[in-house]
Amino acid sequence: MDDFTPWSGLAGGVLIGLSASLLLLGAGRVAGISGITAGAFSRERDHRDWRLAFLAGLVAAGLVVNLVVPGALPASPRTHAWLALAGLLVGAGTRLGSGCTSGHGVCGTSRLSPRSLVATLIFVAAGMLVVGLWRALGALS
Amino acid sequence: MSHPLRLVAVAFGAGVVFGIGLAVSGMTRPEKVLGFLDVTGRWDPTLACVMGGAVVVHFVAYRWARGRTPWHAPRFFVPAGMPIDMRLCVGALLFGIGWGLGGYCPGPAIVSLATASSKVLVFVLAMLAGMWLVRPALAAAPAEPKPRRDAAGSSLQ
Repeated sequence: MDDFTPWSGLAGGVLIGLSASLLLLGAGRVAGISGITAGAFSRERDHRDWRLAFLAGLVAAGLVVNLVVPGALPASPRTHAWLALAGLLVGAGTRLGSGCTSGHGVCGTSRLSPRSLVATLIFVAAGMLVVGLWRALGALS
Repeated sequence: MSHPLRLVAVAFGAGVVFGIGLAVSGMTRPEKVLGFLDVTGRWDPTLACVMGGAVVVHFVAYRWARGRTPWHAPRFFVPAGMPIDMRLCVGALLFGIGWGLGGYCPGPAIVSLATASSKVLVFVLAMLAGMWLVRPALAAAPAEPKPRRDAAGSSLQ
């Protein structure tokens, strides 16, 4: 557990909670990034503007962070091939499941939504299982 | 439909804060995320602290929002009464598997696009493809909200 960074984790989490609260109170929307992404790229033109603005905000933050703190955005250790598969599963899964770590894990859990709690438990368990398998099959150092 | 600039600006601002939060928390580092999922190995519980911090703050905001109207929108658009069905469970399972394989979920991946990494690009393009591929499944069996007395969804429960 040498990598445990509870305080920066908590601080970042508070910022995430604040931003989701800002989107909710200001725009009336759930900060579910999978939903916002899917909506921004869908045929639904009516609400594309705020969705694209939110996504642009994410990227803008990335640009600033990347400049100020080199190494804060390292790429995944997995290969391109695995990332392609991972992306497909994340895309398909978040659409079918109507949410991801932000939508279900943060926003839904904050609302004490049973649906989000169930979804969060499932995807966390699934993620842990996959990493456990990866380690068991000798791929992890 | 064009929205007031205020709405778009709020969304942009929220995105910026969210992205910074992700970076500060370390969740933009896939190795750290994988470390949280690595329960049988070198377990890094940081993600739990991140979620905890986020949920506590957002819980307060959500409670405060009840009975109110958003500042720049006519109403809240918050899902309610949706069922816990097979589609939800299968979706969460697939998402979890993808998350465990790559160490990315949508937020950190989009933030990381700023690095122009080919790995991130591949992930994000594949994610968009995955979202597009399941569209028929979403149209074929749209999840119906459970019947509620107030079906307008105009206020938070």
